[in-house]
Amino acid sequence: MSNQASESTQDCIHSEIWDEDAQEGNPFRADRCYCRGYDVFGDLLPNASYIAYLFLLFRREKPTPQQASIMEALMIALANPGPRDPSVHAAMCAGVGGSPAAAALVAALSVGAGSYGGAREIRLALERWAACGKDIEAWRPTVLPPAKPERSVVWPDIEHAPGFDPYASVSSTMVNQLLHRLASLQPGGCAEWLLESRQALEAAAGLPLSICGVVAAGFTDLGFSPAEGEMLALLFRLPGAAAHAIEQVDVGFRKFPFFAIDVENDPLKPRKT
Amino acid sequence: MNKQINLNDYLGVFKTKAGACFPGDRAIFRGKELHKDFYHADWMELFVFGITQKRLSARQVKILHALWVYTSYPDARLWNNRVAALAGTARSSGALGISAAIAVSEATIYGWQAAYEAADFLERAKALQDKGKLLADVIKEELAVRPRIRGWGRPVGALQEDERIPVMLKRMEEEGEPQGEYLRLAFAIEKELSAMSSRPLLTTFATVFMAVSLDVGMSAREAYLFLLPCFLAGMPPCYQEACEKPEGATFVLPCSQLKYSGPARRNWSG
Repeated sequence: MSNQASESTQDCIHSEIWDEDAQEGNPFRADRCYCRGYDVFGDLLPNASYIAYLFLLFRREKPTPQQASIMEALMIALANPGPRDPSVHAAMCAGVGGSPAAAALVAALSVGAGSYGGAREIRLALERWAACGKDIEAWRPTVLPPAKPERSVVWPDIEHAPGFDPYASVSSTMVNQLLHRLASLQPGGCAEWLLESRQALEAAAGLPLSICGVVAAGFTDLGFSPAEGEMLALLFRLPGAAAHAIEQVDVGFRKFPFFAIDVENDPLKPRKT
Repeated sequence: MNKQINLNDYLGVFKTKAGACFPGDRAIFRGKELHKDFYHADWMELFVFGITQKRLSARQVKILHALWVYTSYPDARLWNNRVAALAGTARSSGALGISAAIAVSEATIYGWQAAYEAADFLERAKALQDKGKLLADVIKEELAVRPRIRGWGRPVGALQEDERIPVMLKRMEEEGEPQGEYLRLAFAIEKELSAMSSRPLLTTFATVFMAVSLDVGMSAREAYLFLLPCFLAGMPPCYQEACEKPEGATFVLPCSQLKYSGPARRNWSG
C-alpha cells in the first residue's frame, strides 16, 4: 500500500447535520455554518433557544413546545446528581488535586458511564423500552434480578434491573416528582404509562423505580434511540460535575474525604490465628 | 431493596486487599511490600501481578512484552492514534490526548470490545470442547445467536494474514514458548469458520493477543485489563509530531471536504 496521501472522497467528512460556507479567499475558515439547514449564527442565535438547538442537533426537526419542555425537565433532572454521586466525586478528585478542567469532566464521564446510576443503565433501560413498549407482560421478565449472562462483554455484568434502585425500599420524592412532571408533559406517553404501571413493575422487580428508569421513559417519549439517550445522559450530567470540581479547588484537599484504611492483607499486620 | 447487601457494612473505614501507600514509610501492593518484594521486578511483571496476583516467569514476561511491542503502530490515521494527534494539533495536554486515545481504543470494530469478545468465546469454546462437544458444533451454535464471531476476519486487509502474527509466533519459538491450548484453539476456529464462510476468516492479532494471555493463566477479564496499554507506545509519537507542526496543521480539512446531505437551507421562523 502506498504511503502517499491522496485526495479522494474518503478524505471528506459526510454529514446530514452540518454544512459550512467558506470565507471568500480562505477555504479553512467558515463564514457561515448551518445546522440541519438553519443558519446557526444568522438565524438560530437570535431566534432559537439552546434546548431547541440541542434537540435539532440530534433530531432532524426542531422540537415542539412539548418536546422542548420534556427535554428541559430531563436536563434539570440529570444536571447534578450531587457530590456523593461517584461521577461527581470523580470530578471533585480532579478539582481538589489541581488537575486540568477537562480531566474533571473526563473523570465524570468515565465514572458516570456505568450501569449503576450511569449512562449505561439508562441505555439498557431504553433498550427495554424499545423492546417492550407499553406491554406490561413483556416488561415483567426484564425487571427480574439479572442472571449471569452466557456471553460477557467489556462492561461488568449488570447487578440490578436497569431503571430500578437496588438500595431502596421505596422511590424517593425526587423520583416521584420527575415521573409526575414527565407524565404531565405528554399525556398518553411512556412516562404516563410508567406512572400507571409502576406498582406492577416495582412488585415484579422487587425494587422501586430509580431516576434512571424515569429518565429512560422521558427519552423514549422524545423518540431518542438507546444510543442517543446514553449520549445525552452523559452530556446532561456535566454541569454539576463541573461546578463541584471548581468548588473543591477553593475548599481544598484538607477538607476533602480521604478515608481511613484497613489493608486486610498487609504483610506487617498480625495474622489472625 | 437488595436484601443481600447492606451499604452500612461498607461505611467508614475503607477495607482493601489491593494495596495502599504510607508516605515516608512503605507501599503495599496486593499484599506484598512493593519496594522489597518487587525491588528487581520488571514493570510488566508488576502490572500482571496487580491483575492476576500471579508472578510470571522471565520467559512469560518476554512473551507478553512482545505482544505489546508488535502492536505499537504510530500511524496517526488510525482512529485511536488520531485522537492523540488531534489533541496535539489542538494544543491540548499529553495526558488528556493520550488518555482519550486509550479510551477510544475500546472499539468494537478493531479494539478491545472485539478482543474481549474473542477471549470470551475462546474460554466458552474450550469449556464446551472439554465437555466433549465438537468445535464445529460450538461455532454453529454461536453463529445461531449472533451474526459473526468477532476476532476472526480483520476489518482491513481481511484476505491477508495479520502481519503481527508470524512475527509473534517466530518470537515464541525463539523463546522456547510452545503454542498453548487457547492459541491452537484460535487457529482451529479460523479453519472451521473459513470452511463455513465464502471467504477466509483469519485470526486477528487481537485474538492471538488474548489467546496468549489466556495461555499464561489469565481469565478473559484479566486478559482484557492486561490489554489496555497495548496501543500506548504508538500514541506519544502521534501527539508529539502534531505538536511539532504548526497549530491546527495536522489532518487539515478545508470547508469543501465537508459533504452535507441534510435538509436544504431554511428559516427557523418560517
